[in-house]
Amino acid sequence: MKNHVLRPLFVAVGVVVLILLAREVLVPADFGVQERGYMYGWHRKGNEADWKNVRVKYRTTAYCKECHQDKYADITGSPHGAIMCENCHGPGLAHPDDPQSLHIDRRRELCIRCHFRLPYQASGRGRIRGIDPATHHPEAECVLCHYPHNPRWTPGKEARR
Amino acid sequence: MISRRSFCKKSILILGGIAVPLAALELFDPKKLAADRSGPSTVRWVFLVDTHKCVGCGFCVKACKIENEIPYDANVSRTWVERYVVTRDGKVHIDSPKAARDGFTSTSIDQGALGMLKIENNDIDKAFFVPKLCNQCDNPPCVQVCPVGATYQTSDGVVLVDRSWCIGCGYCVMACPYGVRFFHPVYHAAEKCNFCYHRISKGMKPVCVEACPFGARRIGNIRDPDDPVTRIIMTERVNVLKEEYGTKPQVFYVGLTREVK
Repeated sequence: MKNHVLRPLFVAVGVVVLILLAREVLVPADFGVQERGYMYGWHRKGNEADWKNVRVKYRTTAYCKECHQDKYADITGSPHGAIMCENCHGPGLAHPDDPQSLHIDRRRELCIRCHFRLPYQASGRGRIRGIDPATHHPEAECVLCHYPHNPRWTPGKEARR
Repeated sequence: MISRRSFCKKSILILGGIAVPLAALELFDPKKLAADRSGPSTVRWVFLVDTHKCVGCGFCVKACKIENEIPYDANVSRTWVERYVVTRDGKVHIDSPKAARDGFTSTSIDQGALGMLKIENNDIDKAFFVPKLCNQCDNPPCVQVCPVGATYQTSDGVVLVDRSWCIGCGYCVMACPYGVRFFHPVYHAAEKCNFCYHRISKGMKPVCVEACPFGARRIGNIRDPDDPVTRIIMTERVNVLKEEYGTKPQVFYVGLTREVK
């Protein structure tokens, strides 16, 4: 057979071999069909561990109460008892090693997330005591009058629990 | 001179010859193709949202963005809360300003470029909030369309994205009927809610569940019959979003109405 007929064939074979070699080098060893089958489980297995190793930032009230027993006692049982500490104090990932990392949000915008009055009876929002921030002591921080760890307690009065 | 007949004969022979070793190199193995779930996993994460309890405070969105390192001021989020306001004239107004990161602190509806729509309290027939997140579908269309195997489902049912493998084609963003996928502004890869996989695999709860003061969001394992969330899903009236798409979503809702899309 003449050389000019076979030559393109050699080129094609060479391209296939190159692609297979590149695939061998570039595709990680743990890439393939995993538990969920070919349609949903075709992936690099090591990536599951990558996601599991993401750093936890919110350490939840269970972590905070280990040291801040007094504040925990104040808020438990109060109407704010279900609010996680870090919702207002910021994520505690670097606490207590880096005290600067916690930013306590004392802005009115934080409180009116729930306490802006919306008359939506079909949701729980309609039953939350709300204000109109434009008329309810504007420019004053809520914490000036209200104790956030127990809203039933106001300065000068006994705590009503 | 080679004849047409002998050329065709020989090329078929040679092509057939090289096809055999190609198949042996396992480009696609039919056995692996057929092999599906071998032995069910003991965990299958599901989510339960009680829309009666949600008050639209947006603490879930705030916590999610920080926990999962989604740029705080970028207008993308893994989870969001929608407000539905049905007025007396039968219109349904839906908004989710900044994905409800700062809650709902106005009675007006945010219509985006059309501005704010003022709604009088007397005109409201019903109004409520619906938190949204990834449904971790049992038939995830976003996984089917990925051309490179960058997104996949784990044995416990969570759909993840391999950031190093994603080529950014955006097929998955288009394929998701729930609109939960977007591009991460920093990593430039497809991004989505994964039930805080780093937390649930350590025995913790997703951060939105922890941040919700009203118990509107809960996570459970549907393979555990004693799980309180499983009991609610099995014994109470729950619904899922867009069931007609056949995606088998695994986020169950209490209190859905027909206005919710």
